[in-house]
Amino acid sequence: MSILLTKETRVICQGFTGSQGTFHSEQAIQYGTRMVGGVTPGKGGQIHLGLPVFNTVKDAVNDTVAEASVIYVPAPFCKDSILEAAFAGIKLIVCITEGIPTLDMLDVKVKCDELGVRLIGPNCPGVITPGQSKIGIMPGNIHKPGKVGIVSRSGTLTYEAVKQTTDFGFGQSSCVGIGGDPIPGSNFIDILALFEKDEQTEAIVMIGEIGGTAEEEAAAYIKKNVSKPVVSYIAGVTAPAGKRMGHAGAIISGGKGTAAEKFAALQDAGVTTVKSLADIGKAIKQVTGW
Amino acid sequence: MNLHEYQAKQLFAEYGLPVSKGFAVDNAEDAAAAADKLGGNKWVVKAQVHAGGRGKAGGVKLVSSKEEIKAFAEKWLGKNLVTYQTDAKGQPVSKILVETCTDIARELYLGAVVDRSSRRIVFMASTEGGVEIEKVAEETPEKILRAVIDPLCGAQPFQARELAFQLGLNDVQVKQFTQLFLGLAKLFADLDLALLEINPLVITSDGNLHCLDGKINIDGNAMFRQPKLRAMHDPSQDDEREARAAKWELNYVALDGNIGCMVNGAGLAMGTMDIVQLHGGRPANFLDVGGGATKERVTEAFKIILSDTNVQAVLINIFGGIVRCDMIAEGIIGAVAEVGVTVPVVVRLEGNNAELGRKVLGDSGLNIIAASSLTDAAEKVVAAAGGVK
Repeated sequence: MSILLTKETRVICQGFTGSQGTFHSEQAIQYGTRMVGGVTPGKGGQIHLGLPVFNTVKDAVNDTVAEASVIYVPAPFCKDSILEAAFAGIKLIVCITEGIPTLDMLDVKVKCDELGVRLIGPNCPGVITPGQSKIGIMPGNIHKPGKVGIVSRSGTLTYEAVKQTTDFGFGQSSCVGIGGDPIPGSNFIDILALFEKDEQTEAIVMIGEIGGTAEEEAAAYIKKNVSKPVVSYIAGVTAPAGKRMGHAGAIISGGKGTAAEKFAALQDAGVTTVKSLADIGKAIKQVTGW
Repeated sequence: MNLHEYQAKQLFAEYGLPVSKGFAVDNAEDAAAAADKLGGNKWVVKAQVHAGGRGKAGGVKLVSSKEEIKAFAEKWLGKNLVTYQTDAKGQPVSKILVETCTDIARELYLGAVVDRSSRRIVFMASTEGGVEIEKVAEETPEKILRAVIDPLCGAQPFQARELAFQLGLNDVQVKQFTQLFLGLAKLFADLDLALLEINPLVITSDGNLHCLDGKINIDGNAMFRQPKLRAMHDPSQDDEREARAAKWELNYVALDGNIGCMVNGAGLAMGTMDIVQLHGGRPANFLDVGGGATKERVTEAFKIILSDTNVQAVLINIFGGIVRCDMIAEGIIGAVAEVGVTVPVVVRLEGNNAELGRKVLGDSGLNIIAASSLTDAAEKVVAAAGGVK
């Protein structure tokens, strides 16, 4: 198995006919993702990339029995799009868009939880189960089906971890970019819980960064609940305090959330930490004996 | 985006919250005239910069003559104020706020932020208002009272009363605090704030609550729907190079090392800085060129990095996800030729079409050092910048 996504998962795209939606849907179809249609209000009835376009998510779900949706609509409209998908019965929503207002996410998160919807992102590369299906903007070709589960707040850092686990021959069960925003739909703990239960996943890579306390909370969770080996890297040791570093999430506030504190919490939880992001693959090899 | 104190107080006043009467002025004459308009014989003059700690740095003064007001204005206008919250250069003072003086009986603290852990707006209040609030939070966290706002219900009066009684307020003050709390919660939600702080929130000598200071930070992602706040932006408070980078959708933060970094993705950019430091080097900046690293943006990124005269070598680290590395390589070659880069440039390309990209760089005849891995790149750039320091 894998987590969140298999080759059977029926996926629609919101913002389907836009440039991002078109480009990444094409890539997904090429990779093998079971794309079953898309939504662009006002373009219902058209055919795009050989797939039906619907005016509403409700129409798309009724017609295609889609279970998952990937969102490429511009940030000002994302709250609406996520809620539309959630209320239409979509169970996995992956929002790639960056720049969503934080207060929008507070409301969205409450509603998704209430409706039992899993939201990944926003501001993330998406989810991939190598060899089966990908929802998002990650390059499929660097992945390889295998046994390492990867969860990360950063897109390009995820790719580094993927490449190293591919180069070592371990491959990945699934990779989840939870996104760098202050209020993510899913956090480390949500994804760690899935990897712990997943039989295909034998080791976990968790990539964090400065800001917030998500890594510290994940460390406490791992200590109690995760039996599989975890390797972790935290970006931002050299980041100056109080400066904003691109990801809205990467803000150090009040002396909390520094890389040093996160490393310490993870080590205390029995996690193998690496100071250089080039050492992720090597650390997995050491800790698993593969 | 940050607001100045005088702007925050304008917003407070619009929401019916008690603030001092005052005028923000940009010259000594107007400062003196402001005192006339306000009347009385005691005023407070405050330098307007986007930083806390102004009082300790001499940027706030109690004055009792127009000469003193003029002297204060002449001392600070056009100068930089350095506080423990700014960098060594400080923040430029282009406006002074002249206010009526408030007699203080007690100083409280009131703030609100979006709390990531609880995923709620959280208000914090304390009887220990003033400059040492961070110390209070650290040493006696029980003195920081909290009210968590439900996203769907919004702030409720009972939450204000809970805080007010714990703060030891009297009946009249509890009512005032409730108005204040509900007004601030509305302001926070209406204006997409990320942070709001009144420190100190004072009880005046005649027993009324009064907002003596105001700090507001607005969620940058929400600026598209806050046109009024956009107009309040003061570009003089932004770092010049950071602002220039932002125009090109580049994310740049200056640091004090000698190795310039150009990376795609914020996480990888931080990771690259970390690995440079791990190998004994010192990064000169954080720079994320983003996903669409075109020639124009790479060129602009080079110009910004090289405008820092401390830079002795540049490391370019690109993981081509969707973007093709050969295109990036062309961009780097074009940029190096156009900008006339004289310092060594180490390039590590990985991912989509990386091999072709490396070949393009190798064939260019330019002085570009190709790195085979991340570690190799870090070692080479540290050596190129003069070795471990």
